[in-house]
Amino acid sequence: MAYLDHAATTPMLDEALEAYVTTAREVGNASSLHAAGRRARRRVEESRERVAAALGARPSEVIFTGGGTESDNLAVKGIFWARRAADARRGRVVSSAVEHHAVLDAVDWLAGHEGAEVGWLPVDAAGRLTPDALRAELAEHGDRAAVVTAMWANNEVGTVQPVSELAAVAAEYGVPFHTDAIQAVGQVPVDFSASGVAALTVTGHKLGGPAGVGALLLARDVAATPLLHGGGQERDVRSGTLDTAGIVAFAVAVEAAVKGQQEYAARVAALRDDLVERVRQAVPEVIFNGDPLDRLPGNAHFSFPGCEGDALLLLLDAQGIACSTGSACSAGVAQPSHVLLAMGADDDRARSSLRFTLGHTSTPADVDALIAALPAAVDRARRAAALRTPR
Amino acid sequence: MSGGVDSAVAAARAVEAGHDVTGVHLALARNPQTYRTGARGCCTLEDSRDARRAADVIGIPFYVWDMADRFHEDVVDDFVAEYAAGRTPNPCLRCNEKIKFAAVLDRAVALGFDAVVTGHHARLGADGLLRRSVDAAKDQSYVLAVLTREQLDRSIFPLGDSTKAQVREEAARRGLAVADKPDSHDICFIADGDTRGFLAQRLGEAPGDVVDASTGAVVGSHTGAYAYTVGQRRGLHLDRPAPDGRPRYVLSITPKTNTVTVGPAEALEVARVRAERPVWTGGPRPEAPVECEVQLRAHGDVVPATVTLDGDTFRAELRRPVRGVAAGQAVVAYRPDPAGDVVLGSATIAG
Repeated sequence: MAYLDHAATTPMLDEALEAYVTTAREVGNASSLHAAGRRARRRVEESRERVAAALGARPSEVIFTGGGTESDNLAVKGIFWARRAADARRGRVVSSAVEHHAVLDAVDWLAGHEGAEVGWLPVDAAGRLTPDALRAELAEHGDRAAVVTAMWANNEVGTVQPVSELAAVAAEYGVPFHTDAIQAVGQVPVDFSASGVAALTVTGHKLGGPAGVGALLLARDVAATPLLHGGGQERDVRSGTLDTAGIVAFAVAVEAAVKGQQEYAARVAALRDDLVERVRQAVPEVIFNGDPLDRLPGNAHFSFPGCEGDALLLLLDAQGIACSTGSACSAGVAQPSHVLLAMGADDDRARSSLRFTLGHTSTPADVDALIAALPAAVDRARRAAALRTPR
Repeated sequence: MSGGVDSAVAAARAVEAGHDVTGVHLALARNPQTYRTGARGCCTLEDSRDARRAADVIGIPFYVWDMADRFHEDVVDDFVAEYAAGRTPNPCLRCNEKIKFAAVLDRAVALGFDAVVTGHHARLGADGLLRRSVDAAKDQSYVLAVLTREQLDRSIFPLGDSTKAQVREEAARRGLAVADKPDSHDICFIADGDTRGFLAQRLGEAPGDVVDASTGAVVGSHTGAYAYTVGQRRGLHLDRPAPDGRPRYVLSITPKTNTVTVGPAEALEVARVRAERPVWTGGPRPEAPVECEVQLRAHGDVVPATVTLDGDTFRAELRRPVRGVAAGQAVVAYRPDPAGDVVLGSATIAG
């Protein structure tokens, strides 16, 4: 099998898996007062320090969560609630049109259930946000902005955003800036304090750790109202028994991914560039989406004119090639990608897209397998799409 | 794979027969209901998950194909338009004709597949003839009779040799959790089963007269002629009893004058049926009249008849008159056969 969907999830690193198994054999609730509890607590705190050191944060700024979606929800809703509670005028959320649904739907929920206004920042044809657009938004509505949220790198088209510049603009207006860095950590350099962001989402299973564990890095001076109420285990912002084994494995994976980032990026980007070049040769009409330079090293995203992405996915899957249309499903039905639509693509181009993402286990043989299967799949997908009656 | 027991077992049997099988669930509703209510409806999210789980157990790939727009145009809109025109459509038949063995089949063939396998209860053997299922109560050959030769040649019905009870037992044996899922009934896109309400929502209220066929007298009123079906007795709310005191039935619906005509049961009797758009798959298209049996609605009685094809017209002379023949339904001709009655052809009843 050629697994070209590392942005969906990537295999666990051996050292993370070993750390998980070792820790999971030990009993102990990190909140208990006895020796077993203290041992678990020590594992959690050591992990907190490792994550903080790897990502340029202080240990007290690391809040362990149940993964990326929870971290995004906690940041967006939690900071919104806290800021509005402090000043009722702050009822506006600023976000971008290309966010992951974990942010997008949290913002929509605030609009629908909390009466939040939303300022949507546009992107250019490469999916890039501009600091100028944020400045214009905040110049007009800055006094009402509760939180700005914009991703570090896009999960579909791989475009890396100018996060430090955006965070600097938000800081000028005194508005906390959250970034979803789920796709970025381990792929591009990520430093929490140097970037100037107030909150940052990271998750385990995109960088070689387990699924179901992640963190929100939350600057010490930024308040967030909890989503989950209970024991208040994590800085009174997040409740729930700590997943000691998951947290240990997550920390091992974050450390390894950050430490190996440069070498990884060089190797994987070379493989990706080869994939892009050979896809272009095999299917000359293909459109390469996203920013050609400021992009994730493992991401290749294309539109195949005259094809439907889900037909291509089926045909490649049958040949043992795993990839993604990159877009969200509704009841299993592919919707045209909101990211591509925001980049100015029409419905047909958005539906004709396919994402190939490489990762730490990728080899040249994976690319060879894709190139061997792609031309026939494109031919068949074109024939199938030609049946669609125009309406 | 609808998420029901039949298509799950059909898929498993196709795999066992040596085919390279991919499971496809059709998303037909624009806003699928999250849960099924009772035995009604299908294509809810829960059904989609059941189908996916069955595919997992069988060990085949599984995808959801979005056919909602096609289904809406070719089946739902057609259903409403047919009622508005005073006819009684069969949406399952239309779905087979336009979606499952047309849009889905065409897409599948373009993608490199050879055939569509479904869990319909009907037999289709090596001789290419469509026959009734061994389970007479579950037989679905009536709603498949609309398929052309080309469509049948790319169809596989693995369940025709089994009864529904056998299919359920087999599903349980195979570890398919849908084994005891209730059968779906009624019309899948009318989740609450209220066809009249569904039509009223789309066609609006159109009050008109209910007229007695023999006297021409107005004997009642209605809020929309589309809500009535030929042969219907209940829900007429007539102001005046018939002179002979006997029950009256809907004899015909006339959209032009928005009139529902009623009369005694005998007046419902029909001995000659004219139908349109014939399909003939039980052999070469006949030049001479054919002695056979005909069925005039789903699960309806079977009567001996002489069928004649003439251009786009299909005529059936019935040996004995039948009641409740409604325009828009299919007339299906069968040839009795000990190996399973053979579908000869079908057409849409005109009126």
